[in-house]
Amino acid sequence: MNSILIRQGRLIDPSQKLDRTANLFIENGKITRILDEDVAADEVIEAAGCIVTPGFIDTHVAVREPGDEEDETVASVSNAAIHGGFTTICTLPDTQPVVDNRAAAEFIHLQAERAGYCHVSPLGAITKNNDSEELAEIGQLVDGGVLAFTDGKKSVANSEIMRRALEYTRMFNRPIFHHPQVPEMVESGVMHEGFHSMKLGLRGMPNAAEEIMVSRDIALVELTGGRVHEMCISTRAAVEHIRDAKRAGIAISADVTPHHLALTDAEMEKFDTNYKVSPPLRDKDQIAALIEGLQDGTIEAITADHQPHADEKKHVEVDQAPFGIVGLETALSLCIKTLIDPGHLTWLQLIDKLTAGPARILNLEQKGTLRDGADADVTIFNPDEQWTVDVTKFKTLSKNSPFAGWELRGRIKTIIVNGLPRTL
Amino acid sequence: MTQGWSKKHLLGLEELTAEEITIILDRAAEFKALADSGKPKLDFLNGTAIANLFFEPSTRTRTSFSLAAKRLSADTVDFTAASSSLSKGETFIDTARNIEAMGVSQVVVRHRTPGAPQLLARHLKVPVLNAGDGTREHPTQALLDIFTIRQHRGSLAGLTVTLVGDILHSRVARSNIWGLTKLGARVIVCGPATLIPQRITELGVEVSHNLDEVLPETDCINLLRIQFERQRGAFFPSIREYAHLFGMNSERLARAKKDALILAPGPINRGVELTPAVADGDQSVIIDQVSNGLLIRMACLHLLHEYSQNN
Repeated sequence: MNSILIRQGRLIDPSQKLDRTANLFIENGKITRILDEDVAADEVIEAAGCIVTPGFIDTHVAVREPGDEEDETVASVSNAAIHGGFTTICTLPDTQPVVDNRAAAEFIHLQAERAGYCHVSPLGAITKNNDSEELAEIGQLVDGGVLAFTDGKKSVANSEIMRRALEYTRMFNRPIFHHPQVPEMVESGVMHEGFHSMKLGLRGMPNAAEEIMVSRDIALVELTGGRVHEMCISTRAAVEHIRDAKRAGIAISADVTPHHLALTDAEMEKFDTNYKVSPPLRDKDQIAALIEGLQDGTIEAITADHQPHADEKKHVEVDQAPFGIVGLETALSLCIKTLIDPGHLTWLQLIDKLTAGPARILNLEQKGTLRDGADADVTIFNPDEQWTVDVTKFKTLSKNSPFAGWELRGRIKTIIVNGLPRTL
Repeated sequence: MTQGWSKKHLLGLEELTAEEITIILDRAAEFKALADSGKPKLDFLNGTAIANLFFEPSTRTRTSFSLAAKRLSADTVDFTAASSSLSKGETFIDTARNIEAMGVSQVVVRHRTPGAPQLLARHLKVPVLNAGDGTREHPTQALLDIFTIRQHRGSLAGLTVTLVGDILHSRVARSNIWGLTKLGARVIVCGPATLIPQRITELGVEVSHNLDEVLPETDCINLLRIQFERQRGAFFPSIREYAHLFGMNSERLARAKKDALILAPGPINRGVELTPAVADGDQSVIIDQVSNGLLIRMACLHLLHEYSQNN
């Protein structure tokens, strides 16, 4: 028997529309009760002034192991995850080699177990080697513990392959996660196509490249009865298409990143490759649409879209640098800055995007909730604690963050994974 | 020290004021007067070394910068590399840092990536002079275009300058737009719709897809080169069709003002952007542009040298 009492925290659990100050009782790795009185426990965690929520879940995180361990490893990414409040992360299969077979998936599980920080669940490849040519061994990947399928940052340009993937994964009730971009429209692009790309002479990636691909995916879901999750939505038109599709009962979901809410394409004027992300940072109008999508539930999840790259890969000319920034350790604070502080979302809405929303997308019934009997994955944070982003203190191996030096609020205090508190 | 000049680097015309642009033009005019009076070689940069780092093929600009440095009595070192700075595994920044460590006092950089000079400016201690970065800016080319127009017309204010051709891929166009509009010229960009960026009017220029229509109101026609090497995909159906719609020939030139100047940043594709008769005709100032390029580059090198000596 092992028990923990989390005392007097503000419990926010969107899965049961709960937002009140109370105690949370955990026994043997499960949440057993929400109560007002004190009860005896092996360990007591004082949480006055803090917010207590289900452990955050990130639907897709780049891990780089195996293949590019100088960027990140399963151990370092899962350590970064708990420091960002995440108790479950799903890893993209775009490693070298690609996670397109059962052994590769089991390797990620094994490394995560060895590291012992949080739940790490590999996503499987849709196609062998993420080449968009032949379906990967989807059934065997399911047996290897894969929750969803994706070709990572490679769009599945071939509509026939995407159609078959949606049909085939239906058998396993697993979604396809897609990076929606028409490849030939974004080829060699390094930023959003708009005023700033025109002025800077940098190759742009137009909104339409995303809009067209999202529309295609909707048509294919309609055709196949499969389920698609659009990763890192960044445009107004994509939000509108997804909203309409959801109203029509089509099985589609979407996520956004905090950096697409916090930054615009104007940042590229600095020629700093830490602003080079895919999809690219857009303009204010697109950001407003993303916020509307979060408010009305069109967008169900927020992902850090953690994309670590070692310094030597990012400190080059803008067209040679890879896309992506690290995000796990700044995600919550950036959400507070971009969504809570301006009053765009309530706490209940924001926490939903970090917990119940992703759990729903991943079919995780025992996670993303503080219901009795759920897995005891809990995040406790002080929403008011101020901090300055110091990339040298990040647990992720890579330091490619455009938020270095930013003054933010919201600090993770304690993480509980499987009923065990983790040292931060 | 030159009054009004406060830039360590010359990275583009976007960041310069009209006053600063005029300082460069005036300095170039002083050098021209000295050259015309029989003093082409000066000793302002004696004892210094200028590095020309060219990461993209160029003959004309590199030669012009090299000669400009020598006219000011500087030593020069020319570094040329394949288009990728990583071809030998060394980064662009490390290459530049190593050359800086050999004691050069200024770095002139040409690179195919926009922003590469900014990257160097952040990592080097010495002044960086942009000799063309991808499709973003080519400040000295625009300055020599403007200098040539001023030489023939006295002032830029009130003139209409039409830039013809591949605006999308042209660093010369962008620098010209910044410089010309700051000095009070009206700028029209003219070319196929696929080669004119949609939001270019936000830079204060007008757009036309019909050269014949705008020629009667144009004082200076700058015929940009079609950047075959920077294009991908189908921007226009054929060279024949391009020349038919936008090529400058004698017949078309007759529609323009009688004293309209013909400029071209070169190297020109004869028979595409303009016919030999136009290129070599009375209204052409293309050869003046080349001579003036030397003076402009001397002026830039000298101003940056002066600034770094005093700061």
